[in-house]
This record gives sequence, structure tokens and C-alpha cells, in this order.
Amino acid sequence: MTLREIAKLLNATVCIGESRLDEEVEHAFASDLMSDVLTLKDTPMLVTGLCNIQTIRTCDMASLDIIVVVRNKKVTDDMIELAEDDDMVILSCPYSMFKACGLLYDAGIKPLY
Amino acid sequence: MHQEYTVVEGDFVNAGKASSSVKKTLKQLNVEPGIVKRVVVALYEAEVNAIAHAYGGKVLVDIESDKIKMVVADKGPGIPDIALAMQEGYSTARPEVRDMGFGAGMGLPNMQKNVDKLNVTSEVGVGTTVEMEVNF
Ligand SMILES: Nc1ncnc2c1ncn2[C@@H]1O[C@H](COP(=O)(O)OP(=O)(O)O)[C@@H](O)[C@H]1O
Ligand SMILES: [Mg+2]
Repeated sequence: MTLREIAKLLNATVCIGESRLDEEVEHAFASDLMSDVLTLKDTPMLVTGLCNIQTIRTCDMASLDIIVVVRNKKVTDDMIELAEDDDMVILSCPYSMFKACGLLYDAGIKPLY
Repeated sequence: MHQEYTVVEGDFVNAGKASSSVKKTLKQLNVEPGIVKRVVVALYEAEVNAIAHAYGGKVLVDIESDKIKMVVADKGPGIPDIALAMQEGYSTARPEVRDMGFGAGMGLPNMQKNVDKLNVTSEVGVGTTVEMEVNF
């Protein structure tokens, strides 16, 4: 599924990464716990309710570059600035973590574990 | 190559700056991405600890031809029982730390899993030093 289709499915705004929307996504991982994200060997799309500068730094360290923020949390300018350095994609959607994950799973996005 | 960084107590906005800079350096040196990830994940967790649990400190990084050595030395309350602190799930983190996505007691275990050598020394009331090495 492409990022463009994911954005549509989740009714999401593209905060950054417009140019990468035709990329395909196969796997996702959902967590608000950054220490958990740091244990991943793979590099799935991250679905998270944690929306602050550490979300971006954690993704940088873990080499993840696609983030879906749930519940319309405010993606701040300093987050965008940091995300720009690593050419990340950030989507922000109004849905809860439960609904966003349910829709993605239903659409065929695969879990890691 | 020697690099030094300062970390400041409670400064979560800048937590990860040292790790981020080390990542850039290692990439420029063409170190294998899997190894770079292990290095920066471990260093980031150590940095977060110095900011979250101590009163800040220093990050010292030495890059040699075949390995990287990292030392995160803080001034702080120290760790009374290091073996206990190393256990997955053990945490004394404040709510503020949890709000940043940490504080699940996975930091020290994450460091252990990612580095080839880990040595934690601590003196209660003085501070903690975390030494790590990763072979290239
Ligand atoms: N630099 C440090 N100074 C003082 N205490 C520390 C330090 N690092 C770790 N600790 C102690 O060890 C515990 C476990 O650390 P860690 O595994 O990183 O988990 P977390 O940071 O999520 O609590 C901390 O909650 C704290 O009690
Ligand atoms: Mg920690």
C-alpha cells in the first residue's frame, strides 16, 4: 500500500514528506514507548501517540523514517525541522491508536511480530 | 578521532544530540548501517539516562579503526544496586521521563543487547559512568 493510500485511509494530513507519498509500506509497528521502538531490528512505519521531539530522535536512531501520529496531536515546527534532516514522512491522523491500527491491519499492512 | 559532548539535566529537547552527531560521523566513515544503529541506540539510551536520572554530564567518544569507545559520565545520585538496575522493567523514572517515551526500565538492557562491552560503575551521591564498546 502506498503512503498516499495510507494518508487517505486514515484521513491524515501530510506534515512532511509529500515527495515520498508513492512509496510502498508493508509493515507497521505501534508504540508510545520509545525504548521499545529502539529494540526493533527492522524499519517499519511507526504508529504512535507520542508526539514530541523524542519521537523524531528515536526514529532517527532506529532508522525509521515514516511516522503516523494519532489523535491529531500537534506536530511542532522543531519536530518538522529535525525530520527534514532525515527526509522523514510524518502523517497526522485524527483517529485513535486502536482505530488507526485496525484500519491499517484490515488494509493488509503487516505486523512485525 | 575524539569527540566530546555535554548533556544537561532535564534537557529532553537535546537528548540524543550526541548520538545523532555520532551517527553522522560513522556514516561518513562508511561504517556498516547495522553497526551504526547498535552504537547510536545504546548511546542514546545512556544519554537519556544522564538527563533523566542524573544532573547531566559528559559524553566522550573515541573512534578507532576497528571499534568505537563511548563513555557517558554523569554527576548524580548514582545507582545503589547496579544488578537490579540492569533488570528489564526496573525503573525509578519520574512521570516527566515517561512522558518522553522512556522510563520502562529497558534502557540498560537495550545498551547491553547492542554493545560488545558494557561496564557500569557508580558511586551513590557522586555519579555514574557507563562505558561501552562496539567493534566494527
Ligand atoms: N545515570 C544514572 N544515574 C542514576 N540512576 C540511573 C542512571 N541510569 C540508570 N539509573 C537507574 O536505573 C534504572 C533503570 O535504568 P534504565 O534501564 O535505563 O530504565 P529507565 O531509564 O527506563 O528507568 C533507572 O530507573 C534508575 O533508577
Ligand atoms: Mg533509561
